[in-house]
Amino acid sequence: MSGPDIVSAPEQPPLDLDALYRDSHVGETLDALDRELVGLVPVKTRVREIAALLLVERLRRTLGLGLDAGAPSLHMSFTGNPGTGKTTVALRMAALLHSLGYVRKGHLVAVTRDDLVGQYIGHTAPKTKEVLKKAMGGVLFIDEAYYLYRPENERDYGQEAIEILLQVMENQRDDLVVILAGYRDRMERFFQSNPGLSSRIAHHIDFPDYSGDELFAIAQLMLDRMQYRLSDDAALALRQYIALRRTRPHFANARSVRNALDRARLRQAKRLFESRGEPLSRDALMTIEAADIRASRVFGNGDEK
Amino acid sequence: MKLTQGTFSFLPDLTDEQVVAQIEYCLKNGWAVSIEYTDDPHPRNSYWDMYGAPMFDLRDAAGIMGEVQSCRATFPNCYVKVNAFDSTHGVESLRLSFIVNRPKDEPGFALVREEAAGRQIRYTTRAYATDKPEGARY
Repeated sequence: MSGPDIVSAPEQPPLDLDALYRDSHVGETLDALDRELVGLVPVKTRVREIAALLLVERLRRTLGLGLDAGAPSLHMSFTGNPGTGKTTVALRMAALLHSLGYVRKGHLVAVTRDDLVGQYIGHTAPKTKEVLKKAMGGVLFIDEAYYLYRPENERDYGQEAIEILLQVMENQRDDLVVILAGYRDRMERFFQSNPGLSSRIAHHIDFPDYSGDELFAIAQLMLDRMQYRLSDDAALALRQYIALRRTRPHFANARSVRNALDRARLRQAKRLFESRGEPLSRDALMTIEAADIRASRVFGNGDEK
Repeated sequence: MKLTQGTFSFLPDLTDEQVVAQIEYCLKNGWAVSIEYTDDPHPRNSYWDMYGAPMFDLRDAAGIMGEVQSCRATFPNCYVKVNAFDSTHGVESLRLSFIVNRPKDEPGFALVREEAAGRQIRYTTRAYATDKPEGARY
């Protein structure tokens, strides 16, 4: 920030980045991100960088230093395997950008190809524009964005949607932020065939897979939120379950963990139901036992899908 | 003659900033905003043409303002108004309606006298603009 022309204005009061940081409540959003999302170090680092950039940019602008570099482009692409938290981070991003004053309303509009691309000639443009209008002042999250482009069909209307999207991304940067999300390899191919789109996206953020420990921590967080807890045996069983489940096909990181927990709840309820007649404590209602987890097919019991 | 109609008929024309503020107010109240245009300035003409569909579920005025701009660009010599419709049960009508674009020249209205039975005089007004066919008026 220290160029020669700034130093020549000595009567300026010292700039208080700290006060701005406190007033904008950015810290709270970032802390919540840290607390509620396990792992994802590269993602969190990038989010912090963006927050810092926007704070500094605001300081440069508001204090009348005549330093206006223009609003930075904040369109992003989130790539990563299923269940790595892309949608969750996008939601947080909307709140963060709102508290930094980059977007005016801070809502998230999540869409897929069906919401943007029409079914007949002349249907696509109004549909895409409608969605864009709804996302103005907030964040437009396009999940599985690579479906927009279908190279095998040259008359596909997806290209039209991409063109409208490009135009708005370029000309109305202050009005909305576009986040494209999808699996890594397919997004890369998508960007290769749409270089215009790739170059208009400033932040390509990659979501790494979770480690076994991180998945266990995520499970703990989920259980806390649902007011369940694991017995010691169950915790061990869950660790083993996660290790086994990761090696199996269709593993979807946190989403698989959530599904596993939902099924464990199901079995716990069944177990409690079958032991009717015995007195039931509040503790028993909250506790998931090892048997509830070990009954899973992953352990080779074959009782469920 | 400057035509005035609607909610802010007693005020000078709103600037774009003021229009945005009004639209924000409408959205804050959950009203659906629509845009209409016409080249028939008669005050009793309630059938204006719709420019696009009414816009529901919007959060920010930028989207509507974009539509206003594109309507002005398409029909620079027409009257354009912004309407806000309140769908609350029991209300179900326009809450707000104001002109955001007008032709450069507004020739105004003629007073027409009609002699009726018994030499009685009936008065009405007729817009000079409507002498010409639709689409060629301004």
